[in-house]
Amino acid sequence: MLELKHVGYVAEDDTEILSDVSLSINERFVAITGPNGGGKSTLAKLISGIYMPTSGQILLDGIDITHMSITDRANLGISYAFQQPVRFKGLRVRDLLRLAAGKDTTLAQACDYLSEVGLCARDYIDRELNDSLSGGELKRIEIAMVLARGTKLSVFDEPEAGIDLWSFQNLIRVFEKMYEETRGNILIISHQERILNIADKIVVIREGKVDRVGSREEILPGLLKSADTGNTVCDLLTQKAMS
Amino acid sequence: MDEIRMNLLKEVADLDALPVGAYNIRENGKAAGRNTTANIDIVTKQDKPGIDIIIAPGTKKESVHIPVIISQTGLTDLVYNDFYIGEDADVVIIAGCGIHNCGGELSQHDGIHTFWLGKNSHIRYVEKHYGEGDGSKNVMNPTTIVHLDEGASMEMETTQIAGIDDTDRRTEGDLKAGAKLEVREKILTNGVQNAKTYFNVDLNGEGCSANVVSRSVARENSTQFFDSRLNGNAPCAGHSECDSIIMENGRVTACPSLTANNIDASLIHEAAIGKIAGEQLMKLMTLGLTEKEAEEQIVNGFLK
Ligand SMILES: Nc1ncnc2c1ncn2[C@@H]1O[C@H](COP(=O)(O)OP(=O)(O)O)[C@@H](O)[C@H]1O
Ligand SMILES: [Mg+2]
Repeated sequence: MLELKHVGYVAEDDTEILSDVSLSINERFVAITGPNGGGKSTLAKLISGIYMPTSGQILLDGIDITHMSITDRANLGISYAFQQPVRFKGLRVRDLLRLAAGKDTTLAQACDYLSEVGLCARDYIDRELNDSLSGGELKRIEIAMVLARGTKLSVFDEPEAGIDLWSFQNLIRVFEKMYEETRGNILIISHQERILNIADKIVVIREGKVDRVGSREEILPGLLKSADTGNTVCDLLTQKAMS
Repeated sequence: MDEIRMNLLKEVADLDALPVGAYNIRENGKAAGRNTTANIDIVTKQDKPGIDIIIAPGTKKESVHIPVIISQTGLTDLVYNDFYIGEDADVVIIAGCGIHNCGGELSQHDGIHTFWLGKNSHIRYVEKHYGEGDGSKNVMNPTTIVHLDEGASMEMETTQIAGIDDTDRRTEGDLKAGAKLEVREKILTNGVQNAKTYFNVDLNGEGCSANVVSRSVARENSTQFFDSRLNGNAPCAGHSECDSIIMENGRVTACPSLTANNIDASLIHEAAIGKIAGEQLMKLMTLGLTEKEAEEQIVNGFLK
């Protein structure tokens, strides 16, 4: 279980990006949604240790991880699939999957993770993570790395981007299977109704604050309704789905 | 063989034992072993130090190993090796020089390798430069000159990963019609090492092409200088690339130049110098690596 207590983040240029975020994440699937620029990715970075909170506290299974390094949090069981995956000249897909899954992983296991995200292992396992891969391909490899880690908390930042040829249904199946195997908590930042539809809990982040939080039944109808009426909230459901 | 020799041979030529096929081993400035085959002859030069390697036309699937090892401190070794590759031959040549310097004096090896590739021949030329020991200074100045006849092609892989304090590397090439030159250079410097590398390629024949790719890492207080010149004198294609990672106080200068002397010459250069991207380190740290481990993975991958 992850708990955020009054977490705030003020960037180096003194702009306040998140303030007083309190959340507990102990459900199977928790979806975070909200308009662009609202602070969702910043929250994911605070959880994974890429940014350090400037106020508040973060606990993982009761352990205070507020000031822990990225590495220590990773080893405690936090994984993070970036919104914008990173390219590496010279490192191959198999190298990254092995780093993610640990030294003893076999090639066959690494290939399985790729198949899960709809990539033909034979075609991709030896590819370098360089400019020759498309954004969508990188995005799926990014997801495969988190699968390979199989930790107790997995954070996916807009995993739906670039899954053009691959269906949402498959992506959802990946999350379900992952839960079966890890029994961990899966946190998904998303604008997609079909993903929000499987969430046990939905958090809406807006202008750096928790705007709403509750069960799918409590939150989703309101989001859909505002989407129909052209309210700004609709952006979060439609705009991203198109891009 | 003693341990130092074995280790140097392993480092520079990936050899655990005497190689199969043709070879010539030079140790501390003297010949230390040679084997020739029906198609590959190796002859000691009479007028200056070095050897001629003569590969008969049509020779296929053979290899030549010509490692040089220096374990004696204070030795300055200059050698001229000439390679004559017959028409249609297709062989692998593995060169390389290893210095083990434990004496506190300068050890230096300057190798001047000249290749004449016959029509439609193909070679893969692999060379590795390596130094070890706690002697004062290891210097290597390899010069490679390649003449490619019509339709000939050469792939050159040159690596200097450790232990060379000072190097001045020169590679020059001229290409006739349809010839193809591919060069892949990898350099890592650290401490106060200094590496200079020059490429000059004349693309003289119609339809010839050259691709010169250099990847390097400059660590600590080391410096590197990269100078590549591609001259398109005919309808041809040339591409050069210099990609460097700088760490700590490492310094790199990239000085590429392209000259087109023909309207149908197409020449491209790409250069990028920068430190390891923060997001690359962070990505690997989210997989559980420490910052040091992440750096190591990134550098090793980059130079692989
Ligand atoms: N390191 C930073 N320094 C300054 N501003 C930042 C930094 N990181 C994010 N921001 C800003 O914080 C806001 C929230 O960004 P982000 O968390 O990426 O939003 P979301 O993921 O919800 O689209 C944006 O206005 C963004 O420009
Ligand atoms: Mg975001």
